[in-house]
Amino acid sequence: MLHIVACIKQVPDTKIIKMNPKTNTMDRSSAPAILNPYDAHAVEEAVRLRARYGGIVSVLTMGPPPAVKAIRKCIEIGADEGYMITDRAFAGADTLATSYTLTKALEKIGEITPIDLIVCGKMTIDGDTGQVGPGIARRLDMPPLTSVNKVTELNKAEGYAIVHRKLEDGYEVIRSTLPCLISVEKEINEVPYSSLPNMLRAARYQPHIWSVSDLKDIDKTQLGLKGSPTIVSSVWAPKKPQGGQLLEGEPNEQIRQLLAVMLEHKELFGATAGGGVS
Amino acid sequence: MNMEDYRGVWVFIEEKDGIVAPVSLELLGAGKWLAEKRKTELAGVLIGENVQELAQTVVEYGADKVYVYDDPIYRFYRTESYMKAMLACVEKYKPEILLYGATSTGKDLASAVATDLPTGLTADTTQLDVEEDTGLLLASRPAFGGNIMATILCKKYRPQMATVRPKVMKALSRNNGATGEFIHESIPIKEEDIRTKVLEIVQTTTQRIRIDEADIIVAGGKGLGGPLGFQVIHQLANTLGAVVGASRDVVEAGWIGHHHQVGQTGATVTPKIYFAIGISGAIQHIVGMQNSGLIIAINKDPAAAIFQAAHYGIVGDALTIVPMITEAFKIALGREGEVDARKV
Repeated sequence: MLHIVACIKQVPDTKIIKMNPKTNTMDRSSAPAILNPYDAHAVEEAVRLRARYGGIVSVLTMGPPPAVKAIRKCIEIGADEGYMITDRAFAGADTLATSYTLTKALEKIGEITPIDLIVCGKMTIDGDTGQVGPGIARRLDMPPLTSVNKVTELNKAEGYAIVHRKLEDGYEVIRSTLPCLISVEKEINEVPYSSLPNMLRAARYQPHIWSVSDLKDIDKTQLGLKGSPTIVSSVWAPKKPQGGQLLEGEPNEQIRQLLAVMLEHKELFGATAGGGVS
Repeated sequence: MNMEDYRGVWVFIEEKDGIVAPVSLELLGAGKWLAEKRKTELAGVLIGENVQELAQTVVEYGADKVYVYDDPIYRFYRTESYMKAMLACVEKYKPEILLYGATSTGKDLASAVATDLPTGLTADTTQLDVEEDTGLLLASRPAFGGNIMATILCKKYRPQMATVRPKVMKALSRNNGATGEFIHESIPIKEEDIRTKVLEIVQTTTQRIRIDEADIIVAGGKGLGGPLGFQVIHQLANTLGAVVGASRDVVEAGWIGHHHQVGQTGATVTPKIYFAIGISGAIQHIVGMQNSGLIIAINKDPAAAIFQAAHYGIVGDALTIVPMITEAFKIALGREGEVDARKV
């Protein structure tokens, strides 16, 4: 049976987050916690692949207890099972420590049902790194396939997958052995509104919850802050731009002034004609 | 780990179709400065097939030496083959700092290498510095969607690694004929050891000027009211010979494709002229365009943050103002009455 596991994270909605202007720190309470938007696409892709090939979809997250809400959101999207690992020992993990911890949980999930494919979002909107997915793949000795925007084929019987990887100027078609890990771009799919049955199931759903003592062969020095080679030494507000000049007068007068400024760069105009249309 | 064993600044040289990626040249410029502060040398790591000639280019852009892995197995970038070459090189020569472009290739490679070494990796860096005496790399980057800047350190592991955004560092001017040392390396690696195969490479943007290479960008946001509002953006862009940009919210709303997106999760751009039209100016957008030469903002709301980032601002309804600018330009450029053959 095909087993797809999506790794997901609950994040503060960085579009809404507010800064405390006095301390230059984030007011996390101002931001609602949401399922990382890229991860919603990862779960949706897993669900779509299950529709094509059969099997089951599990989701895994590491986080504080309220992150159970993010798992429920994945159940709404259509995941079958949810696993959460939560422990103070995991706090302060950077991408290296996070990939270690998730790998230990994935090994345990894989003992219950062997894993054929791991799907991650391209990155999280709070960390913005995109490094955890490839890190998990290396630790599990699976080929990491990042920037995936299409899964053309999954063939468990013959043990391969064919995917498209997005490049700066196009894409490449890759054939990889299974199991492998893909991290997906958001254009890979659209996440539809949840169905009523999924919503009802999600509302009641209780994920499997593990702490550090539930994981096997854990090297505690690789967990959390202690296991993180990178540290944040300082944070500051980005420099405020200088602020320019609002043009004044009637619209025609403003445009006349704007034109005067721009025509100083006249050599540019038309030079790149042909661009513009998507 | 003995920190003293690790010396020198390295740049992963990204190559495609016989050309060094611009970001790699930018990183050689930044790396040279770091290496001089540390009184050490700058090296490039060049992996590919038939890349020998490019080694000279790398030296002409500032490297003292180039480690070259030249083999048909590296014809296409694949994580496993490139990672194995890079790991072997790091283990053999021990750099203290290793930089990669924050491209799809650079990020993919750096993530894999960091896990296997293991060491710390800072993603999407926009500022780099180094402590002269300790050699500690100060890698700074926007965090939490660009709401804050954070400086990340890796104190206990070497090399210190970072991916660096294209277009934020400056390449040195080319020193034609510069000489450097070429060190040819190889590792025992067989095609059957590599679990991924590149079946095909499809270019989709060769005909279109990429947004991060444009001289003029006309970018639109939610203030345009809807996809139809974007027509005025296309018309102005066509008149100016500009490329169309967009804020994240309109891309997410599906008004325009993702490759137009400017900002933290889109492209970083540095055009000579940037129009921000109907864009409120969230910090995520500002970090992607603030280094543009001349920034012109048009927005209904005089309090919009975008005016703080702009050199010139016009307060007004974009759907009224932008067509007036387009017409005025056609007249000023002698294109009055010109039939626009390019359909919007």
